[in-house]
Amino acid sequence: MISLAGRDILHGWGKFVFTGIGLGLLIGVTLVMAGVYRGMVDDGKALLDNSGADLWVVQRDTLGPYAESSSVHDDLYRSLLGQRGVAGAANITYLTMQVRKGSEDVRAMVVGIAAGQAGSTPGWPPYLVAGRQITRGHYEAVADVASGLRLGERVGIRRNQYTVVGLTRRMVSSAGDPMVFIPLKDAQEAQFLKDNDAILQGRRRTEANPALNRPGVPGLLDAVLASQSANPYVNAVLVTLAPGHAPDEVAESIRRWQRHTVYTRAQMEGILVGKLIATSARQIGMFLVILAVVSAAIVAFIIYTLTMDKIREIAVLKLIGTRNRTIAAMILQQAVALGLIGFVVGKIAATWSAPFFPKYVLLVPADTVAGFAAVMAICVLASLVSIRLALRVDPAEAIGG
Amino acid sequence: MDRATRAGKGILIEGLTKRYGKGDTAVDALKGVDMRVAPGEVVGLIGPSGSGKSTLLKCLGAVIDPSAGRMTLGEECIFDAGWKVRDLRALRRDKIGFVFQAPYLIPFLDVTDNVALLPMLAGVPNAEARARALELLGALDISHRAAAMPSQLSGGEQQRVAIARGLVNRPPVILADEPTAPLDSVRAMAVVRILNDMAAQFQTAIIVVTHDEKIIPTFKRIYHIRDGVTHEEAGEGRLVRAAG
Repeated sequence: MISLAGRDILHGWGKFVFTGIGLGLLIGVTLVMAGVYRGMVDDGKALLDNSGADLWVVQRDTLGPYAESSSVHDDLYRSLLGQRGVAGAANITYLTMQVRKGSEDVRAMVVGIAAGQAGSTPGWPPYLVAGRQITRGHYEAVADVASGLRLGERVGIRRNQYTVVGLTRRMVSSAGDPMVFIPLKDAQEAQFLKDNDAILQGRRRTEANPALNRPGVPGLLDAVLASQSANPYVNAVLVTLAPGHAPDEVAESIRRWQRHTVYTRAQMEGILVGKLIATSARQIGMFLVILAVVSAAIVAFIIYTLTMDKIREIAVLKLIGTRNRTIAAMILQQAVALGLIGFVVGKIAATWSAPFFPKYVLLVPADTVAGFAAVMAICVLASLVSIRLALRVDPAEAIGG
Repeated sequence: MDRATRAGKGILIEGLTKRYGKGDTAVDALKGVDMRVAPGEVVGLIGPSGSGKSTLLKCLGAVIDPSAGRMTLGEECIFDAGWKVRDLRALRRDKIGFVFQAPYLIPFLDVTDNVALLPMLAGVPNAEARARALELLGALDISHRAAAMPSQLSGGEQQRVAIARGLVNRPPVILADEPTAPLDSVRAMAVVRILNDMAAQFQTAIIVVTHDEKIIPTFKRIYHIRDGVTHEEAGEGRLVRAAG
């Protein structure tokens, strides 16, 4: 038996191909949307992986340092180093801001890293694609290539200029902003230091406060002013564990003795994926549902139109003895063929366009398989209306009168 | 002589009625139609609009159910106050050929496959079905267009392909519904000649429903239908005389 669907498609291939391309672009957008979500999750995991930490010690009762602001004293790490099971501890600051690159601004996450070296000090970029790591205490930076910065380029962060000495890759925040690593002291200053006018006004207020400017207590005012212009805080302390120690046990010990909130890697991943990008994920999920419904409507409309165009032929086919299942198979095969064309076009479009998106788009094979299954299911469902229409065609319509 | 013998391999219709609706709104479209068409015979069925021609054709074509009466096709009683065959679709496919006012060829199949589709539907292997189709297209003098698509054919060529499709399963009866309506007189006469030739060659009983004044004189026998009742009369049979 010849394939009626195949012959019909070959006969009107232009209509099919162009409809398939249109549907394919829609499917491509759907795949990219799924890729954006996967990219966000992957960015979050990359953020955690690249930090090199096993535990995150943050301000008590906060979800810091990524999902909420967190502030802990910068000498906390010394106490942590004395805890059983802790191999290393390093201060870190995170500040998402606009950094100046020449005459334009670049949105970046500025990361302040403690003195040390890559591989042993948590928080450092684990690898570079060009240049070297930071070796000086001030005014050097390592930037992610996604920032557009190049080696030797100057980048402005608050009042200071930094020279890019190294470039790294896939070091991004959970929002996809590229990271710029600078020395911790510079980062603390950038995060908390006020401008000169604000400092001057603050000093005046302090001097005017009789409680802080007592004539009988020399040196008190100077001490207060000094404490106001220094920043002894960081956003978190990254902790690495000694071999053989369970993260949960060490975390519990730190919670008990240091009275801070501690997150393990699994907990931090839960915060990033479950809380930080949950709204975005729901948003993308809604888009995916809408796109699926639109795709189904388009396939249903196209197949319905194609079937309507063939009502008389279907009546003739039924009159001359064609079985209902042969006619249903013809319509179903056409819908599936349309879905196949659309999926191939969509996959190619998504793969080709993914690198051009400003955010990381991660197309995973599992999504491709799920997408293919969904497209086929949608096409089958969309063809049901047309099949019902075709099966209700009266063969008597082929006979006049 | 029993009914099957009287029908031979043609068609015998006795007291066929068709009632639409029920009670006060019931309409009798057919009121006891009697017809007999022998194998190899072409008869005309004529009548004004609303006389019951299409209803009769639909009953004969097993697409609507008659209300009462009896139909014998070939040597088999197919209807006697109810269908006697379980699969009406197979009955239409194997025992009844259709030729329509418009050819209604399947636009996405070439000429050969349009004709070969019926035997394929009946389970005949593709190669054999195509060979059978080509043989018939040759008999209808249109084998040179075997690979053409329907849209590439003239109206007369399309109608010849439609006749080939109606004949390809060697049905004992062909129902032709206004087969010459869209054709000019030359092509219309050619189609009638082909129907007569095919009826003779394949011993098929052919019923031609028509309004076409040009072809009415070509029938040897004509059934007039009016108000759901048929009346038989002898025709002039000019085409047959001219041909033979």
